[in-house]
Amino acid sequence: MNQSVTGTGKTVEEAVNNALAQLGVLKEDVEVTIVQQPENGVFGLFGKKEAVVEVVKKNTAEDAARAFLTDVFEAMEIPCELEIAENVTDEGTFLNVNLIGENMGILIGRRGQTLDSIQYLTSLVVNKKAQEYTRVIVDTENYREKRKQTLEALADKMASKVGRYKKRISLEPMNPAERRIIHARLQDNENVVTFSEGNDPYRHVVIQLNK
Amino acid sequence: MTRLVEVIAKALVEDPDAVQVTETEKDGQTVIELRVADKDMGKVIGKQGRIAKAIRTLVKADATKHDKHVVLEIVD
Repeated sequence: MNQSVTGTGKTVEEAVNNALAQLGVLKEDVEVTIVQQPENGVFGLFGKKEAVVEVVKKNTAEDAARAFLTDVFEAMEIPCELEIAENVTDEGTFLNVNLIGENMGILIGRRGQTLDSIQYLTSLVVNKKAQEYTRVIVDTENYREKRKQTLEALADKMASKVGRYKKRISLEPMNPAERRIIHARLQDNENVVTFSEGNDPYRHVVIQLNK
Repeated sequence: MTRLVEVIAKALVEDPDAVQVTETEKDGQTVIELRVADKDMGKVIGKQGRIAKAIRTLVKADATKHDKHVVLEIVD
């Protein structure tokens, strides 16, 4: 949602500055509506009115993501609806983008490669001029959650294999987010330890017996 | 397909007016050439070619739809 506050002051400028201070943003990131012009009143005594403005914070990250993705999907001729939500958490600001349409398989790609590329490029565009970093997550058809479940199942299966054969197992190369899912899943498994090996794009998780 | 490359490149660079994209056919293969301002090369290539790789992945997805083989070249 777009945040809005009301500011008051002796002049319009002062009112705007008060509102900006409340929001903690710069003038470029807001839209200002003057609710009431200041009036000096009679002899500066009677009918004196303060300036009142309404300042609405522009959702710059959301707007940037929407404009970029709309152009991209139009160029690819893939009809797609965008559901965008900005969430501010303790871990930072997240922009969650959900793609809704018919041909989403094309946008996911092999092992989510295409979806990850869309996410990475959107993140670059969103953060290009931003002062604070916004983490962008692009998802469709609940792919991220399904992939997480697949990776967790894989982690469990491989961990039990390591226990059975007493041998270390290297998984296939994965991106940092996917490796993190494997590490997290096996963190509490006392039979095995996990670590990552190799350099991107071949960096992969290794599971071995906990001695 | 040039449109897709153009849209992405223009969104990434500092100087969108300098973005040029051309498409040629070479041995049954589509070659897309992307030109940007010198100072913007890093913006479309990225560390270890990460940005270029992401653009190529999207171009490839688009090409699959049209049953084409497409190569993206970033020209300096």
